[in-house]
Amino acid sequence: MSPTILLLLALGLGLAGWLAARARAYGFKREVGSTRLAALPNYYAWYVALWVLIPIVVFIAAWSFIAPQMVTSSVLASPAAANLPEFGFLRNTMLNEAMAVATGQAQAVFNPQAEGLVEPYREAIGQSRMIGLAATLILGFMGGAWAFLRIRPDFAARTKVERVVMGILLLASLVAILTTLGILASLTFETIRFFGMVSPMDFLFGTHWGPDPMAATADPSRYGAIPLFWGTIFIGAIIAMIVAIPLGLMSAIYLTQYASPTWRAWLKPALEILAGVPTVVYGYFAALTVAPIVRDAAVAIGISNASSESALAAGVVMGVMIIPFVSSMADDSIAAVPQAMRDGSLAMGATTSETIKRVLVPAALPGIVAGIMLAISRAIGETMIVVMAAGAAANLTANPLEAMTTVTFQIVAMLTGEGSFDHPATLSAFALGFVLFLVTLGLNFIALRVVKRFREAYE
Amino acid sequence: MSEATHSTRTARFEARIKKRYAAEKRFKFIGLGAIVFSVTVLAILLVSMTMNGIGGFQRAELTVPVDFRTAGLTIDAERLEDADAVQALETAGLPMLVESAAEEALGAEGAQQLGGDAWREVAQAIVADPALLQSEKTFHLPANNAFAAALRGEGREELRPLAKQLHDKGLFERRFDPGFLARSDATDPQVVGIWGALKGSILTMLITLALAFPIGVLAALYLEEYAPKNRWTDLIEVSINNLAAVPSIIFGLLGLAVFLWIFPYYRSAPLIGGMTLALMTMPVIVISGRNAIKAVPPSIRDGALAIGASPVQVVFHHVLPLALPGIMTGTIIGMARALGETAPLLMIGMRAFVATPPDGFTSPATVLPVQIFLWSDEIDRGFIERTSAAIIILLVFLLVMNGLAIYLRNRFEKKW
Repeated sequence: MSPTILLLLALGLGLAGWLAARARAYGFKREVGSTRLAALPNYYAWYVALWVLIPIVVFIAAWSFIAPQMVTSSVLASPAAANLPEFGFLRNTMLNEAMAVATGQAQAVFNPQAEGLVEPYREAIGQSRMIGLAATLILGFMGGAWAFLRIRPDFAARTKVERVVMGILLLASLVAILTTLGILASLTFETIRFFGMVSPMDFLFGTHWGPDPMAATADPSRYGAIPLFWGTIFIGAIIAMIVAIPLGLMSAIYLTQYASPTWRAWLKPALEILAGVPTVVYGYFAALTVAPIVRDAAVAIGISNASSESALAAGVVMGVMIIPFVSSMADDSIAAVPQAMRDGSLAMGATTSETIKRVLVPAALPGIVAGIMLAISRAIGETMIVVMAAGAAANLTANPLEAMTTVTFQIVAMLTGEGSFDHPATLSAFALGFVLFLVTLGLNFIALRVVKRFREAYE
Repeated sequence: MSEATHSTRTARFEARIKKRYAAEKRFKFIGLGAIVFSVTVLAILLVSMTMNGIGGFQRAELTVPVDFRTAGLTIDAERLEDADAVQALETAGLPMLVESAAEEALGAEGAQQLGGDAWREVAQAIVADPALLQSEKTFHLPANNAFAAALRGEGREELRPLAKQLHDKGLFERRFDPGFLARSDATDPQVVGIWGALKGSILTMLITLALAFPIGVLAALYLEEYAPKNRWTDLIEVSINNLAAVPSIIFGLLGLAVFLWIFPYYRSAPLIGGMTLALMTMPVIVISGRNAIKAVPPSIRDGALAIGASPVQVVFHHVLPLALPGIMTGTIIGMARALGETAPLLMIGMRAFVATPPDGFTSPATVLPVQIFLWSDEIDRGFIERTSAAIIILLVFLLVMNGLAIYLRNRFEKKW
């Protein structure tokens, strides 16, 4: 809770600086009389407040990172820590226990050996709190005083403040790049570690998937990801698209070309609701309602060994989830086709459906295809439906009634298991994530290009 | 309708036109069918969740009248003010008292079917209202899980006659269970609640909003109003567009590898979950924010500049207030999506069994969708209804948020 208190303190100091500077600026105004100030009084106030706040915030960010490490190292240096076990789980547990007691989160330690550590912890934490508080106060006063002394009637406070504002805006937009880099870096780093244990060839082209998180060494023949890729493509790009493309496209056509405005006003929000249902709800629906129907239907047509987890159930529900997405993409591309083309076709005597089939859809095709690519990228990255309905068995089969597993399912399975973070089974999740990221990135990139070019063609 | 004026309308022509009109009708019908299919699936989904979910808001309760005046429970009134008042009541013999009261009302066999922690609900009632100790009250206490199944006609055969017998006497019934909204996760579906997960969701969403909204809006302002046309700007735009389409599970991997590496002690805390979801929500806010900013006509900017406003003043005094309703709409939609998101939170460990509601941003928590996922994994039949009830609560929240977004859009949308 300490950083929160420091932040509140910083806000208080900033407010004090703001008020003081504002008062001073109004003072200038009275003194100087007729000559005008270089900026509005509020800008002087903001200038001082920023000089108080920015150093403190930077300090708190750094401090909340450094302080826990300083506390730990000073506790370890204390004589009570001498008889701790050298490394490992027990040592960490004891340290955590002692810390919990020292900060008041726990009543008493469970482990008698941790008892001696409570006092050093309490001392170290108290000390680090004092340092943090003092540094915050000093920094705030120093920054505030320096800025306060600089303000004069001819001081261009507004330009300075606006420069800071622009800097903050730029920083905010750089967060996107940082996120992308963070994703790339974390995935690449762990993937390289994984490929140090299992060769990329075995991973990308092997046909047997069955990592054992408990095995001491990696058996490369158990890390063949082909069944996962196939399951992902079969569920996300084939079954789901067989459902989503015709239904989504026809929905869009009906809504844009045939439906009366009243109907449209009702049907479109209904589709939007379908798009807003969380995936975990779809997953539950797939597992609870659709999967038994699929199984019963399979049994009814004479397939006796139909399993309750099937690629078909997951794929169909995923397709339903994607319908609104395909529909809105198709809607946009059809709307982008110039009205003149439609009118021309109708004027030649074509019926509405002929116009749609022969003129509008061909003209909108690039946009529709791009929309389908985005839909596929979304379907193969979908997690909860397959986790809840598709099963865990890595089958390499084209039978939609069998259980099948996907890349996303295995990422969840590998990372929520018991394995340690250094085990190839755990790391394989990052390699799978990396492949998934690259594929979706590629699909999105091409699709956005196509959409852009397509838009330019008609503008 | 003479032959001469319609010489082109031969029999073949008529046949063809009939065919074409039939094709037209078919096509229109297929289109309608597609829409009807989607709407039907939505209706089936909602109806099946509601049907199951209504049961989830109920539980099987045994009726037990307890007369505290004759029971002789001795406890100081001051002890009831303490934080551990429930423990104090336990040592004072409340569990035994409840059991004997149950034996009196339901018979020895019936009393055994009382849930193990049923006395706690009595204890909480006493803590809430100490005056109870001087009176008599009829409690509706949860039966144990096996007996609850017996009331549904499932589970162990030998319990069913007793369940039926007590049910006929009106002592064992399914009743509306308001505690479902106030309790937290548990292993027994009779005493689970959703409040812990709901609170976790609220805390997580607060973090997400606090991070994603300012960053998203500021980035949108920069890109739309100030960014020079150069390679860096292009790079920022490409990353934002791509981030908006990256699968959510990848953000989970990022949270796991980066955030949990920086803050290893905050595993499964709303802080980390909120940060991960903020990265996911930010691009949505940027994209919708840019559209809203773009919709503000240039004449506003020109007018402000002409009377001497600086570029920063133009944006913060004029463009941003005018674009705000649009930005809010996009933000609410992004937040609704984040609220329903499960996969990234599974990655960062928010799937632990958490039996108490989180008391801060850094204490272990779970969120609504993850709770739904965890319950859906339970084999016990009693959890199916509870899962649907939790889904109803989640959907109600999403519906309210989306409704608010639509209201804002309609209320404040300006046609320039």
